[in-house]
Amino acid sequence: MSRPFLLAALAEFDRLDGGEVLVAQNIAFAVVAVTMLVSAVRMVTTRNVVHAALYLVIVLAGAAGLFILLGAEFVGVTQVLVYIGAIVVLFLFGIMLTKGSFGDDDGVEGEQRLMAGLVGALVLCVTGGALIDTFGGAELSRAEPSLTADVSDMIFSQYIVPFEAVSVLLLAALIGAVVVARKD
Amino acid sequence: MFLNQFLLLSAALFAIGVYGVLARRNGVLVLMSIELILNAVNINLVAFAAFGNSLAGEVFTLFVIAIAAAEVGVGLAMVLLLYRNSRNIDLSRIDLMRG
Repeated sequence: MSRPFLLAALAEFDRLDGGEVLVAQNIAFAVVAVTMLVSAVRMVTTRNVVHAALYLVIVLAGAAGLFILLGAEFVGVTQVLVYIGAIVVLFLFGIMLTKGSFGDDDGVEGEQRLMAGLVGALVLCVTGGALIDTFGGAELSRAEPSLTADVSDMIFSQYIVPFEAVSVLLLAALIGAVVVARKD
Repeated sequence: MFLNQFLLLSAALFAIGVYGVLARRNGVLVLMSIELILNAVNINLVAFAAFGNSLAGEVFTLFVIAIAAAEVGVGLAMVLLLYRNSRNIDLSRIDLMRG
């Protein structure tokens, strides 16, 4: 009963005109944006470090969703692979290896928190005001997603020198991390 | 979709990340807040790539992701070294170089 209905809805989906797709995109954006903001605030305010890492996962996944919403599918998949797959695991290992040093009491003093909040609010006000002033009614024009082949063509032709530099940087960071963290 | 909704979201995430770097004292949490800041920048880059019909923003986002990975590796190695030497990662108690 419900399955043919779902299939019919999917078939309808292709014939949506631009306006309805736009509404769907805006709803998706709103859901992802609210989730990201709430998780980010919880991440910087929670006392439990492991919970902070898990909130970071939600923010990173939301960013991947935004990339896909913007048509940058390769960047979105890379975000999931590298950030959620590798960097968060690294963070969890870091938390595990330094466990017991902090416990739960990352008690932030009131004054420091107040000053940090002021600086954050100032950054938000200045950048937000400048953005609204500059890009008040700018609409996103592109409708179709960007092709991964085009991205790779660009990396390996126009941006080959930065690509090689990043490769060397990664090697240097790898060796540096091993040297710094080695027990001797 | 407007360009500004992405830019404002990214500005808010950036501000939250700045708050995290300044307010938290746990070294690992400060590194996580830096990741938040880098992510806000990535959203900006991809939004502008979609706005200008150019792929340069996406390519640079990939570079930023690679560099963030390197930065986390080195940063966590330093936090581990800190933990081994002083048994705590409270950044407000690290004052060896205070004059």
